[in-house]
Amino acid sequence: MTGFADRHIGTDADAQAIMLNALGYPTVDALMERAVPASIHAAPVADSAIPEAATEAEALAELRDLAAQNRPARSLIGLGYYDTLTPSVIARNIFENPSWYTAYTPYQPEISQGRLEALINFQTMVTDFTGLATAGASMLDEATAVVEGMLVARRASKSASNVFLVDADALPQTKALLHHRAAALGIEIQEVPFAPTPSPPVVERAQRVETPETPAPSATPTPVVERAQRVETPTAFGAFIQYPGATGRVWDPSEVIAAVQAQGGLAVVAADLLSLTLLRSPGSLGADIVVGTTQRFGVPMGFGGPHAGYMAVRAGLERQLPGRLVGVSQDAVGKPAYRLSLQTREQHIRREKATSNICTAQVLLAVMASMYAVYHGPDGLRAIAMDVAKKAHLLRDWIVAAGGEVAHAEFFDTIVVRVPGRACAIIDRARERGFQLWFRDTDEVGISVDETTTIGELIALARVFGATDATMPGVFGAGDAFGWTAVQPLLAAAEVNLPASLVREDEFLTHPVFHVHHSETAMMRYLKQLADRDYALDRGMIPLGSCTMKLNAATEMAAVSWPEFARVHPFAPAEDVAGYLVLIEQLESWLAEITGYDAVSLQPNAGSQGELAGLLAIRGFHRSRGDEQRDVCLIPSSAHGTNAASAVLAGMRVVVVACDEAGNVDLGDLRAKIEAHADALAALMITYPSTHGVYEQDVVDITAAVHDAGGQVYVDGANMNALVGFARFGDLGGDVSHLNLHKTFAIPHGGGGPGVGPVAAKAHLAPFLPSHPLAQRAEHAGGYVFDGGPVSAAPYGSASILPISWAYIRMMGAAGLREATASAVLAANYIAARLREHYPVLYAGEGGLVAHECILDLRPLKEATGVTVDDVAKRLIDYGFHAPTMSFPVAGTLMVEPTESEDLGEIERFIEAMIAIRAEADRVQAGEWPASDNPLVNAPHTAETVVASEWSHPYSRETAVYPVHSLVRTKYWPPVRRIDNAYGDRNLLCACPPVEAFA
Amino acid sequence: MTDLASLKYTDQHEWVALSGDVATVGITDYAADKLGDVVFVELPAVGSTVTAGEVCGEIESTKSVGELYAPVTGEVVEVNDAVVDDPASVNGDAFAAWLVKIQVDPADVDALLDRAAYVALTGGDA
Repeated sequence: MTGFADRHIGTDADAQAIMLNALGYPTVDALMERAVPASIHAAPVADSAIPEAATEAEALAELRDLAAQNRPARSLIGLGYYDTLTPSVIARNIFENPSWYTAYTPYQPEISQGRLEALINFQTMVTDFTGLATAGASMLDEATAVVEGMLVARRASKSASNVFLVDADALPQTKALLHHRAAALGIEIQEVPFAPTPSPPVVERAQRVETPETPAPSATPTPVVERAQRVETPTAFGAFIQYPGATGRVWDPSEVIAAVQAQGGLAVVAADLLSLTLLRSPGSLGADIVVGTTQRFGVPMGFGGPHAGYMAVRAGLERQLPGRLVGVSQDAVGKPAYRLSLQTREQHIRREKATSNICTAQVLLAVMASMYAVYHGPDGLRAIAMDVAKKAHLLRDWIVAAGGEVAHAEFFDTIVVRVPGRACAIIDRARERGFQLWFRDTDEVGISVDETTTIGELIALARVFGATDATMPGVFGAGDAFGWTAVQPLLAAAEVNLPASLVREDEFLTHPVFHVHHSETAMMRYLKQLADRDYALDRGMIPLGSCTMKLNAATEMAAVSWPEFARVHPFAPAEDVAGYLVLIEQLESWLAEITGYDAVSLQPNAGSQGELAGLLAIRGFHRSRGDEQRDVCLIPSSAHGTNAASAVLAGMRVVVVACDEAGNVDLGDLRAKIEAHADALAALMITYPSTHGVYEQDVVDITAAVHDAGGQVYVDGANMNALVGFARFGDLGGDVSHLNLHKTFAIPHGGGGPGVGPVAAKAHLAPFLPSHPLAQRAEHAGGYVFDGGPVSAAPYGSASILPISWAYIRMMGAAGLREATASAVLAANYIAARLREHYPVLYAGEGGLVAHECILDLRPLKEATGVTVDDVAKRLIDYGFHAPTMSFPVAGTLMVEPTESEDLGEIERFIEAMIAIRAEADRVQAGEWPASDNPLVNAPHTAETVVASEWSHPYSRETAVYPVHSLVRTKYWPPVRRIDNAYGDRNLLCACPPVEAFA
Repeated sequence: MTDLASLKYTDQHEWVALSGDVATVGITDYAADKLGDVVFVELPAVGSTVTAGEVCGEIESTKSVGELYAPVTGEVVEVNDAVVDDPASVNGDAFAAWLVKIQVDPADVDALLDRAAYVALTGGDA
């Protein structure tokens, strides 16, 4: 029986024998014995929590059992998460399509035009809705987007104040995150009830029918209260407003915005995207920054995620935007082409000067949300919004007719019902009928209507609040055919009560792309066309060093779509999500064992966020011991830029530690820096194996030196794929680490997100790991309780994709995980050995071995031939490959990580391509081809180029596009030539170009 | 052609030309070459005061963002809007693409590096 490990690992015993032979090792174990320093070899764990490997069928059966322990219910909790109807064409052709979900971040834009176009559509959708000039390619979630908005306001504001004002009617999870993140940065949060009081009173409804049995409504009509003309706000560098409010209230914030700006602050507004089809854009009301989530545009709630957040800024703030930004540029022959713009803004370039540590986005989900808008178009979206609003207003009318008191008169989809002392009883009664409502407090209950709410459900809900057939005239009882017919006209006639000054009048989503893909056939073909332009793992190897592009198995992905995992609200009561809680606890305990730590939090929804959480835990630890002065973070010069950016956001000062010529931490410099900062030392951040792909020998000495000086050790887990089963961070002296489940543990990269970045720590740091005010359970695996404040909007982050890593570990078992690591290390060393004579391999450890990745030095090639690393990367496209990581950690190099999933045939194909490219470069050097006109400098070549009647190059068309004969059958055609980066950054355009541009 | 020997330099790869009590500042071609294609330049406001050694602006390329440090203390009297509109001119002729003019104490400029010292600083690559 073929076990899953044999399906996951690409090289079988015969292939591995060939590779080992080339390296001179008898077995893989012998190779690992030599490669991994003896001082860190971990003994197998006695009493392992990880079960023996299950087959795919067994794993699916267990997942079905876990799913059955989740009790599906109709969630009307709202608070930023709403049930939604994912169009089936989007579910099948994007969410469940490896062409979309196995792609990487579009750093090679020539082979990413499909998803880049989808992201441009996303950005255009957001700028249209928000009324602001520029939107990014997605944020991690709404709450972190609000925090990022606060940081932009801080940077851009001229105010000297350190105060940030927060709407009292903001979402509770957003408030919790703001408080926690502000504390580390010396920002003072002040909560202010911005909405004017009193709230306009309930206005009589024209169609309320009075019958002799109906008691007269208690509210009598009164004129609308005059709003105060002059609004004043406390001095601050910025303010955050929730629009509509968490209680559902819709009010005009333009005066508050003006007041904040009058004293030099910036206004950050979080806006519900669906409501913006009916409400004026926050940009038109004066907002500087608008943020939010796109979850309700067809992305399942997923027990909290993943979803794409969004951020848009007014003109002048583009260069302050955190995260990724897609722009339009042109290729080498002047055709419009998309690319990531302003990449120098990203943390991995700016390092400690970065203004945010965000290093990823939520691309797969942003693509889904943008396609929801493409599929429905502005009219369709407006119709959905109007339907939601009418249903909410009809429900409100029924509740009021039954004697209930609803807090606000003007709202979109959410109402708060005042039920003094009876909230628990109402929640329970609703639960019995299958509804989850929002328990605001003992006296108030919130209800949010969504796209999926049916009329029958409205009737049932109204009954929970005491409505009867008598108080709902025209409704003859829940569920019968006569009831439906009678209710339809009531629904159609329901008056949606919104402030007149806020009714949206401008057009939005006017670009043709939102108007021409409305049949399913047209949509399916559009999605296919875009997917066909991209190079993902379903085409060939993506040997990106440090990205670990391994298999994302179909069985691992299966459970994510099941409704028991997908249609779950993150704040659902614990008894409704028992299955999730079991899965989470199991995954936490497995990851703790694998890392050699005690406690694991799955809340962070990206590696950068896990890093931040880990550093905040260290900060909390020192402060709890009275060591507030400990704020220095030592970071090696070879570290990924996110490390430095995260340290700054955790309120630490970065001090750089030198690396020696071998790329390892310079012990001498480390000791000197430790001594120089002794009492102020908070932490050292190291990556293990190093970013250079080496198992540093001295790691135990390094961590000991830091501990001796009173510091804590943070081990960056990005390169875990070289360690799993052989060494544990906890044994190396690590105190806390983050992991990347979207690297080592098989969650797909999605084209640039979602990611999951759990933080794992030793017991002494557990109390400072991320908590969440709305978590179903305080305890985590091992009995640990975390109290460190939240770093994501949802308690368990992007919970719905955790089953992927659960399934990976479950189907590999401890032995399979070890095998995977060894196979990855073997593959990297094989490539290094075979290419060494053509390209120097930078850095090696014991026995001249590398870890799971190797760095090919292309600088001598440039010296000798003028051919650059860019040329090689683009020429690899002609050979049918995605390039390895360019110029990180060393400029002018390529870092190659094959992973364990590639078979020997594909590895050989890559080696063959690199050797052939070397030979092509030699021909340039020999003068056979001019430096300005050769296959490398002209790469990549499109079909259009070679089909043109004119061909004036000194090499043949065949050499251009079929440099290797096997490509004739398997050719991937890049849609554009090399893209002009400078042009794109000088001429910033981040929304859909007009259709004529592509003529 | 700019007479490079008549200029003063800083270890942050800026050149300074003094005329009376107004110092004209730009970045050297060595710096421009290392930055790559310049795409955006942010300069201090006219009338603002800049302090020697402190960041007063930014020069962004497709590969990185470089800080612009004030070589001397003084009031900004003029900024080069042409470079803001066409950042690529820095890559064209870095010595012609001046960035800011600052009113200074001439002695502060004299104290900066001369051509030979700057060339030595760059290991002879300038």
